[in-house]
Amino acid sequence: MSDVAERVKKIVVEHLGVEAEKVTEEASFIDDLGADSLDTVELVMAFEDEFGVEIPDDAAEKILTVKDAIAFIAANGK
Amino acid sequence: MRRVVVTGLGLVTPLGGNVQQTWDRLIAGKSGAGPITRFDATDYSCRIACEVKPEDFDPNLRVDHKIQRQVDPFIVYGLDAAGQALEDAGLTDMPEEERLRAGTLIGSGIGGLPGIAEEAIVLHERGPRRVSPHFVHGRLINLISGQVSIRYGLMGPNHAVVTACSTGAHAIGDAARLIALDDADVMVAGGAEATICPIGIAGFAQARALSTNFNDEPHRASRPWDKARDGFVMGEGAGIVVLEEYERAKKRGAKILGEVVGYGLSGDAYHVTAPHPEGSGAFRSMQMALKRAGLNPGDIDYVNAHGTSTPMGDELELGAVKRLFGADIGKLSMSSTKSAIGHLLGGAGAVESIFTLLALRDQVVPPTLNLEDPCDGAEGVDLVPWTAKERKVEAVLNNSFGFGGTNATVVFRKV
Repeated sequence: MSDVAERVKKIVVEHLGVEAEKVTEEASFIDDLGADSLDTVELVMAFEDEFGVEIPDDAAEKILTVKDAIAFIAANGK
Repeated sequence: MRRVVVTGLGLVTPLGGNVQQTWDRLIAGKSGAGPITRFDATDYSCRIACEVKPEDFDPNLRVDHKIQRQVDPFIVYGLDAAGQALEDAGLTDMPEEERLRAGTLIGSGIGGLPGIAEEAIVLHERGPRRVSPHFVHGRLINLISGQVSIRYGLMGPNHAVVTACSTGAHAIGDAARLIALDDADVMVAGGAEATICPIGIAGFAQARALSTNFNDEPHRASRPWDKARDGFVMGEGAGIVVLEEYERAKKRGAKILGEVVGYGLSGDAYHVTAPHPEGSGAFRSMQMALKRAGLNPGDIDYVNAHGTSTPMGDELELGAVKRLFGADIGKLSMSSTKSAIGHLLGGAGAVESIFTLLALRDQVVPPTLNLEDPCDGAEGVDLVPWTAKERKVEAVLNNSFGFGGTNATVVFRKV
């Protein structure tokens, strides 16, 4: 679990160009980390690559925070 | 019409990451050519290029990390050079009422070719859901203008030019018109290119446009007007100027590098890649620019030629210049700086316009490298072989010609 969280946070830092300490589990990609709608599409693609999961569009729309991403991957990842 | 002057310059070239580094090396007679390092070019007929060097250019100085990841290199080069030019002009923090009258007109010949090629492979191998959401706007030609407008809050005209290898010159000429006609007071104008990638080199090589005889001696390959020339060497980078309405520039005490006094445009109406056999389009473009400038050929001290080092183009341009200048040809110095930086395609006209402005500033004209055995017709014309030359420079002319038979000429004069 903590391994998933660390990997998710690393992807967020890399893709959004934000400082690691800002990427808390409560952080919202758009409201707190400066992402726009295109960035969130790219983040979801990066999660799919990293964890070998498929995140359908309707599920992706509900991934709004770092915690949402970690929870989805923990439930669906390999 | 209102007068238009240049108050800021920015360069990213194979000779340097900024204006002064590039200019110092150009005047010193250095070449930016080398073996292609961006990809394994072993199987290519052309294995050399003029690449922007990582030790010279730090993209992190002016371009946000996130943007770097999303866009093709031509946008990174353009955004950096635009930032340099605005810093040079002292216009990075204009108040809102000035930014409403400040715009962008920056083009590219081809745009995001490396990214288009790479993403096509992603689509082919992994399917549509793996294509980047930044694919389109990270590759579009007008997205240098768009990114610069957003980064610096410029809310005037947001425009772009696409005329192959004359893009940079057309961008400066068209942007100057927008100011002259009172549509803007400040314009950030120029061009950028970054197509040193497998499909870019392969495409130009198949068009038989690239030098292939000097793969073992890259610095000797770009040799405008030399008898052994056999094609151009691809370059990359960006050239951006800040254009400003003259009274405004004078009032704020801006450093004025020169006035845009002439602009000519013409079409060959002949062939997609080959220039007109009599150089008539080039001739008419120069003639129109001089007429607009109210200058005679004898007033021009320096011509920065298109001079790509291709067998046909160089001599046709030389012939057109000789016909236009007539008896005044002996007063003129003409060089091709593509001998040092290669051909920056859509960036060329802007980078080379900047070189003519620096010639005005420093009273020195840059050399034509590798001119060992000049072609027929070169006698009596000072092509500035090998070594830069100090001389009087009051008015300068830059030529740029592109595929599709498009020609542009810009004339600048000291203020």
